[in-house]
Amino acid sequence: MAILVVQGLSKSYRQASGETTVAIGDITCHVEAGEFISFVGPSGCGKTTLLMSIAGLLAPTSGRVIVNGNPVAGPPANLVLLFQEYNKSLFAWRSVLGNVRFGLEARRGYSAGAGEKAKGLIELVGLKGFENHYPWELSGGMQQRVAIARALAYGPEVLLMDEPFGSLDALTRLELEDVLLRIWAELKTTILFITHDIEEAIYLSDRIWVLSRRPSRIIDEIEITFPRPRNQVTTRAEGRFMEIRNAIYHQIRN
Amino acid sequence: MDGVKKFNWLGWSACALLLCLWELGSRAAPKLQLYVPPISQVMAALGQLALAGPIAKHLMITVGRFVEGYLLSAAIGVSLGIVLGYFRIVHSFLETLIEFLRPMPSVAIIPVAILALGIGDSMIVAVTVYATVWPILINTLDGVRRIEKILLDTGRTFSLARRQILWQIILPAASPYIVTGLRVGLSIALILVTTAEMIAGSKGLGFFYPRRRTLDEQRGHVRRYSAGRGPWLHAQSTVSRRRSEGDALAPRRDRAGICLRCSPGD
Repeated sequence: MAILVVQGLSKSYRQASGETTVAIGDITCHVEAGEFISFVGPSGCGKTTLLMSIAGLLAPTSGRVIVNGNPVAGPPANLVLLFQEYNKSLFAWRSVLGNVRFGLEARRGYSAGAGEKAKGLIELVGLKGFENHYPWELSGGMQQRVAIARALAYGPEVLLMDEPFGSLDALTRLELEDVLLRIWAELKTTILFITHDIEEAIYLSDRIWVLSRRPSRIIDEIEITFPRPRNQVTTRAEGRFMEIRNAIYHQIRN
Repeated sequence: MDGVKKFNWLGWSACALLLCLWELGSRAAPKLQLYVPPISQVMAALGQLALAGPIAKHLMITVGRFVEGYLLSAAIGVSLGIVLGYFRIVHSFLETLIEFLRPMPSVAIIPVAILALGIGDSMIVAVTVYATVWPILINTLDGVRRIEKILLDTGRTFSLARRQILWQIILPAASPYIVTGLRVGLSIALILVTTAEMIAGSKGLGFFYPRRRTLDEQRGHVRRYSAGRGPWLHAQSTVSRRRSEGDALAPRRDRAGICLRCSPGD
């Protein structure tokens, strides 16, 4: 059974001028448990709105979202959204360890073993030694690792990620892509990933949904069959990789 | 952000310098000493008073009122500020009212407070709370309104209950503003406690201080007014006493003027 189902989702905004803007046209899709799925689309196509709606933080204008068989009417307990502006979403008054513990405690309440578990997750995202630092003492890439560790600490079945690596430098980005894939393979979390970077989507995903311009619809679905674990050099060097990239590029441009 | 602040030698030396100038200036001009005695004499007199007893008693009363008023203000200001900051509709409803009441000089409310509450502790605490609530309320409100929406959404996507969002996100995120409000409120509370005591107290430092100045002159008044009268009469007499004191200053000033005019002829 699909862990996440989106049925005929649309979202319109009434603007101050009285005009109605349709951000999301009509989106229907199914996500199987354990899949890594990416949405790719031109900027301003309503990707964030789509993710906010799936996360239960925005009420859709029509259609519905079903998580684990339950229709979403507010943020579902087993789903976490990782915000694009991770630096604003971290708690400045909590240390790295405190932020990660927040994820654990939000799900299961306070427990004595939380500290050890949080330390394990911090190590998993490659931040060992920074447990007692505060978010504002860290670089953007490190902050994003904290945000990822905090989301994982919650133990969600579905993790939504809104352009998580969009504002990072190219090298950090490649590194974090591999960190994310390693964690995903280990924890078997279902991931729904939004990006405007076509190659990133191909490198990470099992399936890619290509979104049109506003009002956004899914215009294509592409299965990515490169073997895992993938490699930043060899996977990206395959001829098929470039073919897919070019095909998606043309779809988005037209 | 360093934990331990270094001792501010420069700042304290400015205070020490002022005291030295006071001492030397006062000693250099004997005529001035009638109004501004040297600081060493002032401190000695203060020590005598403290040993004699009354000052400690009045101090304790003032501190008690101050603590009561301040804690009440903090509780009201912070909780109301959070409600107003979080619920836009409540803020819109009360905003105009607040902006009307807030700029009113708090001292101006003392006569109204005397009318409503008499001249006991409750009046002084009420006036203190009225004045102290504003900075705490406004800062808390601002702090809550300035919280990034994404922080609240973070709490929601982690499925926190509203109460948890309040304790774990809203309060810590707004705390820099709340602390600023509490700091400003601290000095306002102290000013208002003593001012209210000066105008209508029967105990406390604010009462003790002005009476000390003209104690002999006032002993008679106190005896005359305090016997067998209700709070309202007492309040009235306090006000009229103030007024007559003000009047008494005017002729004195005239006299001085006449003297000045006379002196060249002498």
